[in-house]
Amino acid sequence: MQDNLQSSSYKELEQKSKYTNMFLRWFLYFVLILFASYFIFPLYVMVVTSLKTMEEIRQGTLLTWPSSLNFDSWLVAWGGRGYGAGDTFLRPYFWNSIKMVVPAVFFSTFIGAMTGYVLTKWRFKGDQWVFLFLLFGCFIPFQAILLPMARTLGTLGISNSVVGLVLVHTVYGIPFTTLFFRNYYISVPTELVKAARIDGAGFFKIFFKILLPISAPIIVVTVIWQFTQIWNDFLFGSTFSFGEAAPIQVALNNMVLSSTSVKEYNVDMASAIIAGIPTLIVYVLAGKYFIRGLTSGAVKG
Amino acid sequence: MKTLKIEELSKNFGTTEVLRKINLEIDEGNFLVLLGPSGCGKSTLLNIIAGLETINEGNVFIDDYNVSKVEPKDRNIAMVFQSYALYPSMNVKENMIFGLKQAKTSKEKIEEQLQKVSTFLQVDKLLERKPSQLSGGQRQRVAIGRALVREPRIFLFDEPLSNLDAKLRVEMRREIKKLHQQLKTTVVYVTHDQTEAMSLGTKIAIMNHGVIQQNDTPEIIYNKPSNTFVADFIGSPSMNLIKGKIIHNSNNISFIADGSTLEVPINNYDFKEKSDLNNKEIYFGIRPEHIYFKKLNEDDFDINLRADLSEYIGHEQIVTLDYSNQEILAKFPSTIKIELEKEMKLYFDLEHTSLFDFNTKERL
Repeated sequence: MQDNLQSSSYKELEQKSKYTNMFLRWFLYFVLILFASYFIFPLYVMVVTSLKTMEEIRQGTLLTWPSSLNFDSWLVAWGGRGYGAGDTFLRPYFWNSIKMVVPAVFFSTFIGAMTGYVLTKWRFKGDQWVFLFLLFGCFIPFQAILLPMARTLGTLGISNSVVGLVLVHTVYGIPFTTLFFRNYYISVPTELVKAARIDGAGFFKIFFKILLPISAPIIVVTVIWQFTQIWNDFLFGSTFSFGEAAPIQVALNNMVLSSTSVKEYNVDMASAIIAGIPTLIVYVLAGKYFIRGLTSGAVKG
Repeated sequence: MKTLKIEELSKNFGTTEVLRKINLEIDEGNFLVLLGPSGCGKSTLLNIIAGLETINEGNVFIDDYNVSKVEPKDRNIAMVFQSYALYPSMNVKENMIFGLKQAKTSKEKIEEQLQKVSTFLQVDKLLERKPSQLSGGQRQRVAIGRALVREPRIFLFDEPLSNLDAKLRVEMRREIKKLHQQLKTTVVYVTHDQTEAMSLGTKIAIMNHGVIQQNDTPEIIYNKPSNTFVADFIGSPSMNLIKGKIIHNSNNISFIADGSTLEVPINNYDFKEKSDLNNKEIYFGIRPEHIYFKKLNEDDFDINLRADLSEYIGHEQIVTLDYSNQEILAKFPSTIKIELEKEMKLYFDLEHTSLFDFNTKERL
């Protein structure tokens, strides 16, 4: 009798928890879809607008689908209209940005790896102070260093050049890259370095032969981080370069803001998408390593 | 000629003194175990021998040659680490020959050494594998192999078995012992596990707070600990230290525990110094395994003690006894039926006692 009573009440509870779970699940989906559409909406507007003609933009609403796939505005954004003065287009500045971002990412990542290696595996007196000051570099508002940096670039004779921007981005990337690599290498057992020293490997050999080959996850993280930062940078680009030497974000700004004729929303949107595509590509190619690298812990021999 | 000699060695990290005036010598072919609780400086000492740590004072000699300022790779040593420290990006073969390649050994010689060592350690089938594809025991073997191919004068082991599970640890322990018997290379081995130390070492140096407490054969360390730290550290459960004092009249020396009137005769104890014993406060040390349930020797001293607790651990049991309000432990075969809360007749093996000065904690 007792058993029956209990089992029936258990059944009831089971039913109840089933309904609660179902409700919660649907609620979860609802919220997720809501947020997802919130994020995707601007992108949708951008893509759709870039494919419309100006005529359509004037007549339709933001959300209307273009009548035909028209890539003219993309061509204009990338290569210009072909007439001389006042025709700004992205192609040369895109290459400026590439010329800036590749060496800047390479050098800042490499130097960060080196400093991270020294700070964890070749400890010296006061190393924690060095690390603290480097961390400080992460928190400096970049506006504060614009003037001194401009002076420095001027003295070095590399102001308003891609080389100058590479230098600036490398220098201000090092605090972040060092932080990444230090935190990664600190979980690599120091015994590895000891073993290699007994085996007769020196400072550089240990770095290149033993630590670098196991650093792939953190290298990916650093490269993505640095690439995004440097590619999307506007402040340094607009301060330390103008005209021919400007990176793409600055050119985009000039293009959108300084056009004297009618606002061409379709060309603006296409330009903005072009300026954002490289970071997207980097994420798509290396995104899964990004998550893995951020969460990966010790390297177990 | 001593294979390894350490002279008046001191080391501190900042203001913390890690090692204080260490003196140590090892003859060719010996197996020295550095044993002690964590933080006693044993690993630091090993790192100093390897050349991975600098020295503040004193010297290290290998084959009578002062190597205090010599690079690790030139000291003719090899080291096996607790975490194995196999290079993760290299396969077993590359791991094992990395050192030889650094030393610019000829290709033929490398191949020959690799063949010899990998067959000897039975890792010749694993040469192409990455460390992550190996089991714990295999990794340990490869780590030992990496040390072996260099044919060092001294092997250094830094808690090599601590990462293995209990069963494998016993197996690998036996293999290391076998290895040493076959190769007869000098070994310095760091551990905090007394069973490992006892079973492997030909000599054991027990360390505490950066000082060597006793350096001797396992037998002497077990039977004649030089102070209460060693007595307490070695043996499981550790030695009973009963507080009391010595009564010395004309021709009789005996021990009386605090709060007791029972005189335990210690005439046959091998005192270092026989004068001035009367009323000396001491610890009377007797191991749990030297308290018997049946009289075994003529001289065994019979005593009535109350059993308070019995812990069954398979082949034996550990019984907690009350000796005039001091708790002592005894180890009996588990076949014996113990009645708790009752006095019973037991026997102290007076051949196997140790006496320590209460104040200095040193052996009398």
